[in-house]
Amino acid sequence: MIIAERKPIKEIFSFLVPGEKVLVLGCGTCVTVCMSGGEKEARELSSLLHLKGWEAEDSTIERQCEPEFNLKAKEEITHADTIISLACGVGVQTLAEYFPEKKIFPGLNTTFMGMPKEQGLWEERCWGCGNCTVHLFGYICPVTRCAKSLLNGPCGGSKSGKCEIKPDRDCAWQLIYDRLKKENKLEVLYAIQPPRDWSTSHYGGQRKMIREDVRL
Amino acid sequence: MSALQEILRRGEFAVTAEVGPPKGVNREVIEKKCDGLRGFVDAVNITDNQTAIVRLSSFASCLIAKDKGIEPVMQMVCRDRNRIALQSDFLGACAWGVENFLCLSGDHQSMGNHPQSKNVFDVDSIQLLQILKNMRDEKVFQNGEPLKGEIKAFLGAGASPFADPLEFRVIRLAKKISAGAQFIQTQAVFDLEIFSRFMEEVRKAGLDKKAAILAGVIPVKSLSALRYMQNEVPGVVVPDSLVERMKKAKDPKEEGVRICVETIEQLKKIEGVRGVHIMAISWESIVPEIVKEANLYPRPERS
Repeated sequence: MIIAERKPIKEIFSFLVPGEKVLVLGCGTCVTVCMSGGEKEARELSSLLHLKGWEAEDSTIERQCEPEFNLKAKEEITHADTIISLACGVGVQTLAEYFPEKKIFPGLNTTFMGMPKEQGLWEERCWGCGNCTVHLFGYICPVTRCAKSLLNGPCGGSKSGKCEIKPDRDCAWQLIYDRLKKENKLEVLYAIQPPRDWSTSHYGGQRKMIREDVRL
Repeated sequence: MSALQEILRRGEFAVTAEVGPPKGVNREVIEKKCDGLRGFVDAVNITDNQTAIVRLSSFASCLIAKDKGIEPVMQMVCRDRNRIALQSDFLGACAWGVENFLCLSGDHQSMGNHPQSKNVFDVDSIQLLQILKNMRDEKVFQNGEPLKGEIKAFLGAGASPFADPLEFRVIRLAKKISAGAQFIQTQAVFDLEIFSRFMEEVRKAGLDKKAAILAGVIPVKSLSALRYMQNEVPGVVVPDSLVERMKKAKDPKEEGVRICVETIEQLKKIEGVRGVHIMAISWESIVPEIVKEANLYPRPERS
């Protein structure tokens, strides 16, 4: 899922002008699950704004990244002067695309695509590079999880299973090695991985997916 | 053929030294270091923004070294340049007569003085070796297009015998050699026991016959420097016995030199070690003394 965290409250206040009617618009999907932009968080933020003197309301729609859910909330959206979107960056942009006349600010910082590892802990797993090869690496993506995206083994900074750049981060290559060793598949690592074709990733420009079979 | 390659081919024990370029434009800094090292080393290995701190470029510094009559090894890291820039700089350096290249992944930018920067890592060190080898041997760019002219390049890579996972280190070295590494420069050796075991594995895999392994050494000036090496530098293992020895030393600088010389003497005895690479960081002036004390002076002449 997409992981995001709420912006510092001071930054959110800095977006707002006294006397405005503010709508805090939550999103019911990823950011609800990662507890940063769902109904509960939208309510909390609007209550706080209310306490600070703004006329604030909140509403949460199923998926802010999809136009039809935004359009369903048209009445609340048009009623407000300013909207703080508690969706990921996709949601904020969808909302702004369909309500171009509105003042909209992001209330979250979208951080990564990842998984809930433990209660209150989320970890990045995928970069969306457009060319998945996790099966070659014991299902641990080195593009995402190695700080240098190394494809041919660990750098010299792997120490006791941790990455040199942040001591609380696992070395992806230690994980890859351990998993393949356990599965007796270490020979996979002998092959030299050639330079990647990064054109399928963000570096090839903004990406689009077209499915002719489902287009209307 | 580069002097370094020739010396190694003749089976002579090679000596190289690391030279760090300045944080500024004063070429005198490099000239002075080169003047001090000339005759004591076979080549100087010039770092490429080491520890991700911006310095005068390795490429330009290599040309200054050549001007001073000392053979450079140009380090190329994958952190700051994509395959377009790496190939272009390689051609440029070859055109200027640089003949030795050391391909490294590069320290992560978060370790350096511009931690907010983007990194590149379009290719890794093994892929870079392969690209440069193909440019030299097959006369093709990474994309397969032909290039013109003869390239003389002696290609090297780093090896980190003390970093985790230890069992992977020989596999990774084998990959580097099969990708094109002709010489290998190791992370600094303080723990000869671990290094000997590593070399045993290297010999078992026959890798010492396929590439010339230069063992890295670092002379340390003080107890705190040695402790820093022990605790803060990833991929470096310092045995407690050395720390104890340094603690008792009356003259830590002298003791640091002695430890370094003794390490070199031990390394010379390890089968498959074909030379040493002295990394006297900000203490290049000590290199001649170490080379003399380790009976590695005078250096062999070029034939």
